[in-house]
Amino acid sequence: MTAFVKIDGVSRVFGPNLTTGEKIAAKLGARVETRSVHAVSDVSLEVRKGETLGLVGESGCGKSTLGRLIAGILPPSSGRVTIDGVPVMTHGVKATTRVQTVFQDPFASLDPRMKVGDTVAEGPITHGLTTRADAASYVAEWFRKVGLDPVWADRYPHQFSGGQRQRIAIARALAMKPDVLICDEPVASLDVSIQAQIINLFLELTRDLNLTTVFISHDLSVVRHVSDRVAVMYLGRIVELGPVAEVFGTPAHPYTDALIGSVPKLVLDGDELVRFETIKGEVPSPLSPPAGCFFHPRCALATPECSRDMPLMRPVAGRAEADTRAVACHHSEQLVPG
Amino acid sequence: MTDPVLSVRDLRTHFFTRAGVVKAVDGVSFDLAAGEILGLVGESGSGKTVTGFSILGLIDAPGRIVEGSVMLNGTELTSLPEAQLRARRGRDISMVFQDPIATLNPMLTIGQQMRLAINAHEKLGRRAAEARAAELLTQVGIPSAEARLRSYPHEFSGGMRQRVAIAIALLHRPSVIVADEPTTALDVSIQAQILYQMRDLAAQTGTALIWISHDLAVVSSLATRLAVMYAGRIVEQGPTATLLRDPRHPYTAGLIASLPATSKPGEPLAQIPGTTPSLLSLPPGCPFAPRCARQTPACTEEPALTIEADRGWRCFHPVGQMHEEPA
Repeated sequence: MTAFVKIDGVSRVFGPNLTTGEKIAAKLGARVETRSVHAVSDVSLEVRKGETLGLVGESGCGKSTLGRLIAGILPPSSGRVTIDGVPVMTHGVKATTRVQTVFQDPFASLDPRMKVGDTVAEGPITHGLTTRADAASYVAEWFRKVGLDPVWADRYPHQFSGGQRQRIAIARALAMKPDVLICDEPVASLDVSIQAQIINLFLELTRDLNLTTVFISHDLSVVRHVSDRVAVMYLGRIVELGPVAEVFGTPAHPYTDALIGSVPKLVLDGDELVRFETIKGEVPSPLSPPAGCFFHPRCALATPECSRDMPLMRPVAGRAEADTRAVACHHSEQLVPG
Repeated sequence: MTDPVLSVRDLRTHFFTRAGVVKAVDGVSFDLAAGEILGLVGESGSGKTVTGFSILGLIDAPGRIVEGSVMLNGTELTSLPEAQLRARRGRDISMVFQDPIATLNPMLTIGQQMRLAINAHEKLGRRAAEARAAELLTQVGIPSAEARLRSYPHEFSGGMRQRVAIAIALLHRPSVIVADEPTTALDVSIQAQILYQMRDLAAQTGTALIWISHDLAVVSSLATRLAVMYAGRIVEQGPTATLLRDPRHPYTAGLIASLPATSKPGEPLAQIPGTTPSLLSLPPGCPFAPRCARQTPACTEEPALTIEADRGWRCFHPVGQMHEEPA
C-alpha cells in the first residue's frame, strides 16, 4: 500500500508574541518569556488511501496542532504535508480543497447568523462544485446523507441540538467532496447516546465515500473502535505507531501502556470490576521539556540512557518494515520482546 | 443496618421560566450510608447536577425545591433558614465542582483561601490553620504542600487545582461530599490518580460521596452504588456490578450497549434513537417511552418503583428478568 497522505518531518513552533516594548525589556534583562513551544516536533507519518488513522494523546500533546497542519489550517514551521503528491500548502496558504475538517465544538464551528443550509452551500458554490441555482438540491442531498431532514436547511444553528449540529458540520465538510477528512474530537462534546449515533454515521460515511481519515481523540475506546491504525503522541512527538488492535493489545511504549491502563473500564463479567492503574506525575511543561526521552521522568523503565538520548522511531522488535509498527523507546523490548 | 447519613425523599426542584415550568428534578429518592460512594449518572439535562445543588440548598431563582425532603444526619435541610444552612455547608456537607478555575479565587493564595474556609466554621490560629491546610494538601497528593500554600491558583495545573478544591472540601471532615463531574475537565492519567485518591480518602475518613458524572466507566470504577437519571428521575439504582452486568431499565441497558468499549471495533454501535426530551414538554407517563424499543400503550402511565433486594427500577417492561437466578 502506498501513502496517500504523506507527512514529512513536520514541526510547528509557537513563539511568544512579543510587543516591541517587551523585546526591548528582554534585551535589557527583564524577565520576559522568550521561550517557545514545540507543539509538534519532527513528525513523519503516512496515511493510506481509505484508511482511518487514530491520533491519541493527552491535552497539550500536539494532536490538534498536527491535525491542523495536515488540514492546511496552520502552516508548518518546517517539513511538509502532501496529499497524493500535491502539497497541502503553498507559500503558507492552503492550496487544496481535498482535505476538510470536522471540529470538536459544533457550537463554535457554525456561524450563528447563517442559515445552516447556507453554511453547507458556501464552500461548494465558491469552489464550483455546485451553482447558486442548484445549491438547494445539492445541500438537501448532503443533509439526507448525514441523517438530517432537508427542510431544516432554512434554520439557524441555535435551533439544533449538539448531535444535530455535529451532523451539519459533517455535511459541510463532506459537501466539499474531500478525499481526506480530519476529525478533531468530533464526539467529545456529545452525550453518550448521541456519541454512538455520530460514530455510526462516521463509520458508514467513511466506508461509503472511501474517505481517508485522521481521527483525533483523547478517548481511547472511541479511537479503538473507528481506527485501522493509531499514532500515540506525547509532548509533540509520536511515540508509537501501528495497527490499532496491536498497539492497544500489546503496547510497545511504556506511555501507551500506562495510558491504556489509566482508562476507567467497564468490565461486565465477574463480580469484581477491573481496577485501573495510574501514571505517576504530570505531563511536563512543553516550554521546558526534559532532556532525552520526554517521558522518562514518569517512566518505570527509565535508565540513565533515557535522560541522555532522545529515542528515535524504530521498528518494534521482530518487525521488518518500519511502517507496520514503530516505537520511540530504548526499552520497548521489555514490553514486546519480539 | 445503620441509619443513612443522607436521605433524599421525593425531591422535586422546578424552575419557573417564562417558557414554562422546567421540572429539572422530579421525584428523586435515595439513601447514602457512611463511607458509601454513590455514582449519579445521566446525560446532560437529566437533572443530576440540579439534584446535587438541591441537596446543598444552592438553587437560585427562578428555581425552587417545591417538594421533598433532604435529611442530613437527622436534620431536615430543605426547611432550614439560610444562616443555619450556611453553618452546615462546608462543615457537614461540601461540594466539589467541575471547573476548579471558576471555584478558586484567583486573587488569593491557596493558603489564604484554605484559612478562610477553616475559619468559617472554627476559630483556629493562623499557624494551626496552615498546618491543617498543609496536612490536607499532602493527603490529596500535592507535593511540598507547605510551600504551595503561598502559591496562587494560576500556578497550579488543572489536576492540581482540582486536588486543592478537594482538599478544601475535606477540611472539616464532612459526612457527605457532592462531587459534580470533578474529573471531566482533566486528562485520563490525572483523572485516574484523582479517582484512586478519592476512593482511599472516602474509605479512610468515612466521608460518603455522591459522584455526579456522565461517564459510566468513570463512576463504575469508583462507586459502590449507581443511580441512573433520565429526565429528572432516577430510573434505576443498585449496586454497581449488579447494575452493569444485569441492567433492568432499557435506558441503562442502552447506555451500556452504546459504549464503544462494549462492542467489536468497526461494527456499528448499538444506539439509542432520538434525543433526550425537552423538560418543558415531557411525554405523559414514562419519559423514556418515545425512544424505547420495549414501549407499549401501558407506558403512557408513570411506572412505579419496583424494588427487588438491594436494587430498584421504574419500568413496566424491564430487561433480562428471565435470566434472573444463577444456577
